Amino acid sequence: MKLNSIVATGAAWAGIIAAASAGEITGKITLSGTPPPEPQLEAKTQMLQADLYCGKKSSGPQNRVFQVGAGGELGQVVVRLVDNVPANASALSEPVVLDQKNCEYIPYVTAIQTGQKLLVRNSDEALHNVNIAPRVDGNKPSNKAQMAKAADIEYVFPNAEDFLPLKCDVHRWMFAYVVVQPHPFFAVSAADGSFTIKNVPDGKYKVEALHRRGGKVVKDVEVKGGKAQVNFELTAPAAK
Amino acid sequence: MTRSDNNPWLLRFAAFVAFNTLLLIGLGGLVTSKEAGMAVPDWPTTYGQNMFLFPPSLWQGGVLYEHTHRLFASWVGLLTVALGIWTHFCESRRWIRRLAFLAILLVILQGVLGGMRVVLLKAQIGIIHAGLAQSFLALLCVLTLGMTRFWRSLTPSGAPAAARRMLVVAVAMVFLQLLIGATMRHEHAGLAIPDFPLAYGKLWPATDAAALQRINLSHPDVAVTAGQIHLHMFHRLWAVALLFVSFWMTRRIFLAAGPRSPLGKGILVWQGLLVLQALLGASTVWTGRAADITTLHVVVGAVCLSFTVILTAVAFRLCQPGISTRASISTSGRHQPEVAIVEAEEAGVAR
Repeated sequence: MKLNSIVATGAAWAGIIAAASAGEITGKITLSGTPPPEPQLEAKTQMLQADLYCGKKSSGPQNRVFQVGAGGELGQVVVRLVDNVPANASALSEPVVLDQKNCEYIPYVTAIQTGQKLLVRNSDEALHNVNIAPRVDGNKPSNKAQMAKAADIEYVFPNAEDFLPLKCDVHRWMFAYVVVQPHPFFAVSAADGSFTIKNVPDGKYKVEALHRRGGKVVKDVEVKGGKAQVNFELTAPAAK
Repeated sequence: MTRSDNNPWLLRFAAFVAFNTLLLIGLGGLVTSKEAGMAVPDWPTTYGQNMFLFPPSLWQGGVLYEHTHRLFASWVGLLTVALGIWTHFCESRRWIRRLAFLAILLVILQGVLGGMRVVLLKAQIGIIHAGLAQSFLALLCVLTLGMTRFWRSLTPSGAPAAARRMLVVAVAMVFLQLLIGATMRHEHAGLAIPDFPLAYGKLWPATDAAALQRINLSHPDVAVTAGQIHLHMFHRLWAVALLFVSFWMTRRIFLAAGPRSPLGKGILVWQGLLVLQALLGASTVWTGRAADITTLHVVVGAVCLSFTVILTAVAFRLCQPGISTRASISTSGRHQPEVAIVEAEEAGVAR
């Protein structure tokens, strides 16, 4: 018993020391070129506005696929280590919340670690169904009902998968995507394009910036003295 | 209760059940057109409640279509059971009583399949559900046809054997096309190709990675795959093949059966239905899969199959067992005068 507590205390201290000495990779994502308009946006907006509840909550049409700021800042880009990933990193234990608010999924793109809890919330006064259709074996498909303000639905995905889709068939404009990562070294860029990958030990890495429809860019990064900065520029795909 | 082969009210009721089934197929088609098939995730309950007591205030968005489909399906199930019981007590012909009993089994199976598709999240079950719906309607149509005075008045006057064979092939071809269409709808391949008669401006679209990336810029939510594009192309090609074969069959059967025969008149109606269905298919693409046009395409598809089956039944009725025919259709398609019926001469049975 005594030995166990010593081991546990030692492990906790080791974790704290490792976290304290671990650095972070920060940077910004921008998009060059003009992103294509979101197809079917008008039709989706019409459907949304025709809905008795959601129509009142609508904030108007938005391009959710390419969320670009005035200076080309690109949100919803998953940034992650893809090479030389540190082993024995602590798994992320804090659940991630994906909310259904005003008949939209917020956020549109989420990233979690394998085994980490994803809580799907319904903040609306309307009912939703949460239809999950993974393409990777082991991640179970499911379709669950969620009444207005009902308890969160909890999901855990055992295998890595890029852009696992969630949708609501009650409100068929509602889509969201979850990137499931096998390690905790990732981030999703904010609306201003900024991102921070935390707890990365010093070392050399390959970092990938991945956008659902904007492709990906990989760069070499060295974390030195607990810090590294890298910016990515993705290119807007040419319209047809 | 005495059994008879002449039950006018039973006939009307059977036609009513068949009509309701067609409406149900339309509602089911609308559910898929509106992509609302999974809007109610549980079965036989609806959002955990008894489906018959589910409050109308919660029939929101996709729930409206799916829940209405379920309620109407229950209504058709009830009608089918009533038809089966009524037929059992009043119809004298065993084959019709058997068809009515089979209809009860099929409607139960159909309901269970619909529920399983929702609960097990299997699109493949949805395809079977769609195919069985079309078959169920065809069965009800034949059952109704069998109760009509028209059917009883049909005397074995000798349908060309080749016509019967052609119509059997036609049933198979139409049914296969409906299954391909159902697969396309349940695999979300309906708009995998947005133009017609070309496909992405070509006779055969490219499906390499670069082409798919370009194509998917127009599909923000769910990516189009090469498999979906090929499935869509197969549906188009089979439609073209079916049209060509149907024109050939129509010409030959019409010339062989004659313009006054039921078969001759029926085959022209059948041809018209197939052309209408092809136009609706093209319109489905041109309108960006508008729900009303797409659903009408499903309904007319069901009518096409049922009508093909009815024609086939008539062709077989016109040539009952025990009556052999030398009926044939010449390569020119002209009716051979001697092909009228030669009853049992070869078999040595007196006419």
